[in-house]
Amino acid sequence: MEPVIELINLTKRYTNYTAVDSLNLTLYRGEVFGLLGPNGAGKTTTILMMLGLTERSEGEVKVLGYDPNFDAIAIKSKVGYMPDDIGFYDDRTAIDNLIYTARLNGLDSKSAKLRAEQLLQRVGLENAANKKVSTFSRGMRQRLGLADVLIKQPQIIILDEPTLGIDPEGVRELLELISVLSREEKITVLLSSHHLHQVQQVCDRVGLFVQGKLIACGNIDELSAALNEENTVTIQLEVDSLTSILKQKLEELEQVLQVQGATQNGSTEQVQIICSADITPEIAKLASQHAQLYMIQRRVYGLDDIYHRYFEGGEVREAATKA
Amino acid sequence: MKLQQKLSSPFQFGRFRDKAGRQEQNSQANHSTVSSQKAINKLASRKALWVMVQKEFGDHITSWRFSILLAIIVLACIGSIYSAITALQAQGNSASLQSFLFLKIFTLSDGSIPQFTQFVAFLGPLMGIALGFDAVNTERSKGTLSRLMSQPIYRDDFLKAKFISSLLLVTVVIFSLGFLVIGLSLIVIGYPPTPEEFMRVICFLLTAVVYVGFWLNLSILFSIRFKQSATSALSAIAIWIFFTVFYGIIINLVSKALVPDQNGTTDDILRYYGQLDLLSNISPAELFSDITTTLLMPNVRSLGALTMEQVTLALDSPLALGQSILLVWPQLTALLALTAICFGLSYYLFMRQEIRSRS
Repeated sequence: MEPVIELINLTKRYTNYTAVDSLNLTLYRGEVFGLLGPNGAGKTTTILMMLGLTERSEGEVKVLGYDPNFDAIAIKSKVGYMPDDIGFYDDRTAIDNLIYTARLNGLDSKSAKLRAEQLLQRVGLENAANKKVSTFSRGMRQRLGLADVLIKQPQIIILDEPTLGIDPEGVRELLELISVLSREEKITVLLSSHHLHQVQQVCDRVGLFVQGKLIACGNIDELSAALNEENTVTIQLEVDSLTSILKQKLEELEQVLQVQGATQNGSTEQVQIICSADITPEIAKLASQHAQLYMIQRRVYGLDDIYHRYFEGGEVREAATKA
Repeated sequence: MKLQQKLSSPFQFGRFRDKAGRQEQNSQANHSTVSSQKAINKLASRKALWVMVQKEFGDHITSWRFSILLAIIVLACIGSIYSAITALQAQGNSASLQSFLFLKIFTLSDGSIPQFTQFVAFLGPLMGIALGFDAVNTERSKGTLSRLMSQPIYRDDFLKAKFISSLLLVTVVIFSLGFLVIGLSLIVIGYPPTPEEFMRVICFLLTAVVYVGFWLNLSILFSIRFKQSATSALSAIAIWIFFTVFYGIIINLVSKALVPDQNGTTDDILRYYGQLDLLSNISPAELFSDITTTLLMPNVRSLGALTMEQVTLALDSPLALGQSILLVWPQLTALLALTAICFGLSYYLFMRQEIRSRS
């Protein structure tokens, strides 16, 4: 795999705080990488440093082999960047805005127009091409932003909070568009977000970013494995009632470590069983023998848990260092 | 389904060209033909500069702000021509009118309305400020700056485009006004300008462009420094008012404090005038009025104090154009230098600024 973005010990200090703290990260060609973190974690600052839009305090950045402090133009001609809350010239039409960007990238006006039309069609804005951008909704602006980024035919696209403020259907379409693009055009995508579920849908790898530090990085499986340090499996049961026989039988199984209390849920009861190994079939069998089984689920750590765990941990750590 | 259809729409040419292009770029990067790559970038960036200039120019011309300004200035000019012509008629055939009659259109006034040069000196800065005060900070607050800066263009090209497009517009406006005045006077007084008079008017118009260019640059500098366009507009206007209204008053006060003894030596008195000159020449408005006076009134032989020794036996004849220009060369240089300083400062501020969206 060929690395396209390499960040080594990247640090950005402002006068009174450190926005990005010795960040090490490598992105490979063709992958979709999600930079995940709460607001103010330093995601945007990191992106700005990759594009040379702000100066770094320390460390090294290589984007497609170029250093943004010296070859920003070379980088910018191959990397598309969509800022969060992207702005357009409101008194111009959508297609005018796109043509302008295309011409800044060195296209002549004829091919710029052609490509702008194709991209508007691609992002589903062909009917709004001649409308002024001031009439656009948030979702439309975001899609126009995507077209704006693609018009230079980039090798990497960087999207800063692309799904912010769009309705769920719009988010779904946008993310689908992004993942299709990444697959078809072999574009490397770096997207920052604080919406874990959305990131989970499209990203090959995820980096968790808290207070300027990358605290975990990998695909979802790796992260959830890292999270589940005790190596236990949690199984959720929903039965009509947790009889004492069932409870006893369950506790007799040697892999079962703990049976957690029944919570009433309408006419059924929910039980959590923590096991040292995955014995879902055995538990299902027992449960259906001794009670009415409504549901059984092996709980996998999702991004939600990962997010909570790490970000709560982050806060705890912060509190600890303050105290 | 809808999305699928959308996605399968033709994007073919892009994809194929893109693949080929990428291989090319890879091999280029690998074979370290960095210099040729840089040359290509430079060329593309120069093209981008003119694309930006075009766009900015179009934006200015279609803006309300510009139409209003233009209307004010055109009205002011017509008023000043009227006033000059009434003054000419009132003076009749007096001897002072015999030489350089045409230039009088620009410098005479019957007292009711200021003359043309004063209008340019007064409204020109306003035009410069109006075109430049929100050049950068509006792009910033609308979020277009970060989008623009992520395109392969140099930062200074952005500044240059802002400056060039506005200056181009200023040039067009000032020259068309100048020619409007010339044309109207031709019709009204029916007396054509001599070639020298014409050249003097052209020089005056060029100076006016430089002068407005200074105010334009100053307001662009403020638009980089201040995040709010209202702040930058107000500070630019404050400086403008300071130099056109208050600076003269301050100089007056200072000159009264500095005035030498009546029986002082010639050296004392000359030094005093030198100091006053130095003080007043800090003001761009003063520089401009010195230049216009000299250019449009060929009889002006000196801008500073002259001793009796220097004046004796001097012929009271007008200066040639070359001599007039030579006389105001320092002022002209100072005006250009002020403009360059403003541009340099804005360059310095902007090059290292962090560009975030909407902040």
